[in-house]
Amino acid sequence: MTQVIHRFQLPNGLLVLFEPMADVQSASLSLLLPAGGTRDLPGRCGTASILSEMFNRGADGFSAREFCAALDNLGLQRSIQTGSAHITVSAATTADRLLSCLPLLARMVRHPHLAHEEFEPARDLIAQGLLAIEDEPRQKLGKLLRQHSYPAPWGNSSEGELEDLQQITVDDVRRHFHSFVTPTQAILGIAGNLELSALEDAIYNAFADWSGPALAEVISEALPPTPFHLPHESAQTHIGLAWDTVTYKDEHYYEAWAAVSLLSGGMSSRLFTEVREKRGLCYAISASLSTLKDQARVMAYAGTTTERAQETLDVTVAEILRLHENITADELQRCRARAKSSLIMQQESTSSRASSLARDLYLLGRVVTLEEIHRRIDSLSVERVRQFIFDHTPKSMVLVTTGPQELNPSAVVSLR
Amino acid sequence: MKFHHCQLSNGLTLIAETNPSVHSVAAGFFVRTGSRDETADVSGVSHFLEHMAFKGDERFSADDINRVFDEIGAKYNASTSEEVTMYYAAVLPEYLEPALQLLAALLQPSLRQADFDMEKNVILEEISMYEDQPSFTCYDHVMATHFAGHPLGQSILGSQESITALSADQMRAYHQSRYHTGNILLAVAGRCDFDLLCQLAETHCSSIPRGKTSRQIPDFQPRTASSLVPKPGSLQQHIMQMGIAPHGTDPLRYAAELLSVVVGDDNGSRLFWELVDPGYAESADLGYSEYDGDGAWMSYLSCAPEDVRENLERCLSVFDDVNRSGITPEELEQARNKVASRIVLRGERPMGRLTSLGSNWLYRNEYRSIAEDLQLIRNLPISQIHELLKQYPLRMSSTAGVGPLETL
Repeated sequence: MTQVIHRFQLPNGLLVLFEPMADVQSASLSLLLPAGGTRDLPGRCGTASILSEMFNRGADGFSAREFCAALDNLGLQRSIQTGSAHITVSAATTADRLLSCLPLLARMVRHPHLAHEEFEPARDLIAQGLLAIEDEPRQKLGKLLRQHSYPAPWGNSSEGELEDLQQITVDDVRRHFHSFVTPTQAILGIAGNLELSALEDAIYNAFADWSGPALAEVISEALPPTPFHLPHESAQTHIGLAWDTVTYKDEHYYEAWAAVSLLSGGMSSRLFTEVREKRGLCYAISASLSTLKDQARVMAYAGTTTERAQETLDVTVAEILRLHENITADELQRCRARAKSSLIMQQESTSSRASSLARDLYLLGRVVTLEEIHRRIDSLSVERVRQFIFDHTPKSMVLVTTGPQELNPSAVVSLR
Repeated sequence: MKFHHCQLSNGLTLIAETNPSVHSVAAGFFVRTGSRDETADVSGVSHFLEHMAFKGDERFSADDINRVFDEIGAKYNASTSEEVTMYYAAVLPEYLEPALQLLAALLQPSLRQADFDMEKNVILEEISMYEDQPSFTCYDHVMATHFAGHPLGQSILGSQESITALSADQMRAYHQSRYHTGNILLAVAGRCDFDLLCQLAETHCSSIPRGKTSRQIPDFQPRTASSLVPKPGSLQQHIMQMGIAPHGTDPLRYAAELLSVVVGDDNGSRLFWELVDPGYAESADLGYSEYDGDGAWMSYLSCAPEDVRENLERCLSVFDDVNRSGITPEELEQARNKVASRIVLRGERPMGRLTSLGSNWLYRNEYRSIAEDLQLIRNLPISQIHELLKQYPLRMSSTAGVGPLETL
């Protein structure tokens, strides 16, 4: 089946991608607003996060409850997430009702009340979410690992920082909204059982008269030093590792993808087999590729009790460093098979297609078809993947831990 | 979509919902066994056994199992609850046979001593991992408190002590007593040919032994009780409460599902507007759980410790108001629309259909299509909600807490 993807741009800059899917009953959208946490002012980390929360608190003359009832009655499942680059509105319902939701969603993101009396409750909620992260060491580790892997503001926590929240005012949130919730760099991905012409009309009606300023580049700062340990009276020691890899737009991205897949792609992958299955060192171990527009890392995680933590760290680092050794054709073939199956199964999910469309356009400036991914993955050879891994063997690694006891970081430090 | 079912020559039931317009097929073995079927000396064995299934049999080693599942690009895993152990895989239609073959192998593992000893470490690590997640600890405690003296109160993971003391022989005996055709269902959803599926199932499931196992369903009345697990260093307090609700075959269970959405959905519900929207609590929700012979309301609250008392009063006043005055037609309509949309969206993928297909058969021996479910939800009258509230008011008898508070 040939995949058709329509692309058009509104005069105000909003980029729209639409993938018709005839075999499904649903339709989904993913709206990327260029107002993520990297746009928070220094000392005001959490502004974007409060704004995301306040989108739900009334807009364009309608109260929060009225809005909520209208969207629920259209069966719209929805979420608003704050990321580093974007605030992302994701929504899905049956295909016959998505077009009726569009004008409501447009009102919500274009004309939120951002009322003074709604600010305190929104900030309190964000603060409680941050407190909950402090209580869950694995989540806390994820936050710390990101902070130590990407320079600020890219490494900043999109959820916010507790110590900054009290400095943020409703005016900061309004300024953030007016400066960054703008169509000039916004992207709307839509997938589902819809007609193009009706969709185009609905999008023009909802968004054509939206306007906003152009955006400046985000300036990066320096990285904090590592290894870093945060003492915590937890049952397990939580270990995070990160190292550089290539970005999504790099010509060797698929080699980088294959490398991570060999390391941690399935239950037959290296880390799961060596650390968990053969040695029984932990329950949770994983590595994944994290890519921003201009920088990318592989991030690995393991959680294990204190007496096994040192061995877990040492074995994990050793496996990462010897990944280029003895890669077999079968091993690579398994990575291909898993990818192929995921790609085909994506065609059953309008929400994963909608978010892929929007994400591709942001990271690459174009949409990669499933067929192209298929072809790129098929063309990988053991030798090319091995060479890539060899050339990109980590020359330094970020190590972050939290738990009752600090670990000996020599496996990581000796790389330098 | 079309429903089929048959019984294999060894007595195993096979059900399938075939759908030519999807791209994949999902298959799952539902074993009617879980922590409620364990005796105290083997607490945690169902879940540990689920891990051991992946260590292979005489034909497939542990490496083979993981390798072949990955070779066919399967999305596969297993889960253990109080009542069901489920092994499943979603694959492209051309790989249905190897997927079935492997899943069937999982049901009859060799349970080798060396694998048992090694995997025990992983289970102990998993227990420690959940200890670091306060909401999970809270769930374990509220179940133990509410179902004190009843098998549903038994922990799924077991404890460090029970797992350390467990022997491979005890696991073998448990496996032998629970993994029979009379206790297992094979369910398949998605793109496949049913005749071919029957042949494949016949070929690969024939060695599952015949047999039937019963389950204790004792009478149960919860006492009012609470249990607090102190975590002095934590910043947030987690509270869960439970009360009696319709059991898994009670016709009122659909009304219970809708009422829980009106009162305690994570967005737009009564608890949401009273506690979360004003910023008093990070979470405040209400769910409905159905079990074999029992059912429960379960509410969850997470907030700053100093606000717990006031927030519990707010929850109580929401529950009292609903018990006294019911809900409005508008609220019911909103919940119907939310639930209907969830059913359609979840049902679009074979993996999403598999669980409801299997559970409906396992618990009620019935098949329900998406269309039937939607019709029932759309037509459910408000009088049924009020009947439900008369029989099963939102009255929480059991409480558990995890966090800095030592008393409530």
